[in-house]
Amino acid sequence: MIDPTRSTAVHLLAQMSSGEVSAEEITRAYVDRAERLNPTLNVFLHRDVQKALDQAKAVDARRAAGDSLGPLAGIPVAIKDVLCTLGEPTTCGSRMLKSFRPPYDATVISKLRAADAVIVGKTNMDEFAMGSSTENSAYGPTRNPWDTTRIPGGSSGGSAVAVAADLAPISLGSDTGGSIRQPAALCGIVGLKPSYGRVSRYGLIAFASSLDQVGPFSHDLADTALLLGVIAGRDPMDSTSVDTPVPDYLGTLDTPPPSLRVGIVREYFGEGLDPEIEAAVREAVRVYEAAGATVREVSLPHSKYGGPAYYLVAPAECSSNLSRYDGTIFGHRAEDFSARTPEEESIPPLIRMMMASRAEGFGPEVKRRIMLGTFALSAGYADQYYNQALKVRRLIRNDFDNAFKDVDVLIGPTTPTAAFKLGEKTSDPLAMYLSDIYTITTNLAGIPGLSIPCGMTKSGLPIGLQLMAPAFAEETLLRTARVFEKATDWHSRRPGLS
Amino acid sequence: MSLSRDEVTQVALLARLRLEPEELETFTGQLNQIVEFVAQLQELDTHDIVPLAHGVEVRNVFREDLRGPSLPREAALANAPKRNSESFLVPAVLE
Repeated sequence: MIDPTRSTAVHLLAQMSSGEVSAEEITRAYVDRAERLNPTLNVFLHRDVQKALDQAKAVDARRAAGDSLGPLAGIPVAIKDVLCTLGEPTTCGSRMLKSFRPPYDATVISKLRAADAVIVGKTNMDEFAMGSSTENSAYGPTRNPWDTTRIPGGSSGGSAVAVAADLAPISLGSDTGGSIRQPAALCGIVGLKPSYGRVSRYGLIAFASSLDQVGPFSHDLADTALLLGVIAGRDPMDSTSVDTPVPDYLGTLDTPPPSLRVGIVREYFGEGLDPEIEAAVREAVRVYEAAGATVREVSLPHSKYGGPAYYLVAPAECSSNLSRYDGTIFGHRAEDFSARTPEEESIPPLIRMMMASRAEGFGPEVKRRIMLGTFALSAGYADQYYNQALKVRRLIRNDFDNAFKDVDVLIGPTTPTAAFKLGEKTSDPLAMYLSDIYTITTNLAGIPGLSIPCGMTKSGLPIGLQLMAPAFAEETLLRTARVFEKATDWHSRRPGLS
Repeated sequence: MSLSRDEVTQVALLARLRLEPEELETFTGQLNQIVEFVAQLQELDTHDIVPLAHGVEVRNVFREDLRGPSLPREAALANAPKRNSESFLVPAVLE
């Protein structure tokens, strides 16, 4: 038998249906590999191996009985620990939710179960999805499989490494400012942030509700299309999910897009972009030209305000969303909340309990963002900061609307640099924020963004190409990206892990 | 615009976060750096611009107001840090 852990979901499905391999053998192979590599990489926060094997066996039994099976039957899937799974630990990378077991499944989890997928584990992440390196996890950092002294990106670092290191063929992450695309780029895989409203957020633990979106990680675009098709669609439990038809993303993937007008974003090639990344992206542009694309330079003049707008909007929403963690209904409660200073004597015990519980339950980045958001929304400052950020958000969206009058997709680098070293940016929050400068604006505008592998640095680290399309144009986005994927072999590179 | 230590203390109280003295020191410095970074937005004239709260502007989504099953009490209480058989327990609110 060929090692199934070097495959893709689409190929594994074909091999299962032709009887070459069973679902149990596939799950067993991935589980064994995770057993071996997880101690080094720290991908999984929770695994239930027996349950996964039982799910796989059930698929095999139903296949043998001639039952009809779902589109992911027998495919192992890793899940970012920000998504609620009924009765199973869901920590969000936080001490706050260390012993939380959700009373329901997120809608995307229900859809995976209905598609007969095998859930192999919950993956590590920056606490409450706040971070770009997975170093903000309360459970230790995840390591980049291409160089274990480096970060995998974040916040969905665990789900990115699960796929990059072949601990699962596909996985789910969430992306609020780049948390799928940035780790996908730094780990050499494909990551998609769908349009806002394309995928239900019910059961996705909220960080910034106007920006959060669930999306897939995979080795190639066929698997991206397959998984997106399973999770997309309107959900009555999420009123921001949009009732537009879900196209057959996989069925149309290999049909070249009717129009191939590619825009290069001028503002993405400025100061701070590593020359090796720039060279790889320029080469990708040549690949498109050779494929017959019309390439033109376009401008998104407000790009440089994306970071500042994001770091007001996201913390403001986070400070509101995370107010629910107060030690009363669920989550961590401090044992000792007695007053420590004369000033604290005047604070009622209930409030002191909340303050102590939150102080113990949250890590530094989460506290920083809660305070920043609280400040930005506080009386006297809301107009100057938060409302100004929402107006700039409109300007950023208008930039995209204007650009998409002339082109079908925009391309540029996903990240300014390749994966950095563990610890390199942990003491400088602002430097960490700048690793998301090219991904943040798509969340503010609500449009889809995709990162695909497009090269390697001289030191052997992956480089990502970002493609963006108008809202709900995922089909165009995937088909356009497929033109590049077919012409290159970057997506087939695997890190040299034993 | 810069935030003093007293203002950060006030924000922490509003945010229900108890800060250690050294945290207060670090956060004051870092928050000032971040506030300076986001203050770039003041350069832009946004006089006639309508704020955008969501990338995809969906509004007024209605559904039938139907009764459905709700979370059973035991499931709702299962994650409580402190509880009895029917309630969440919190420190005394009234003297």
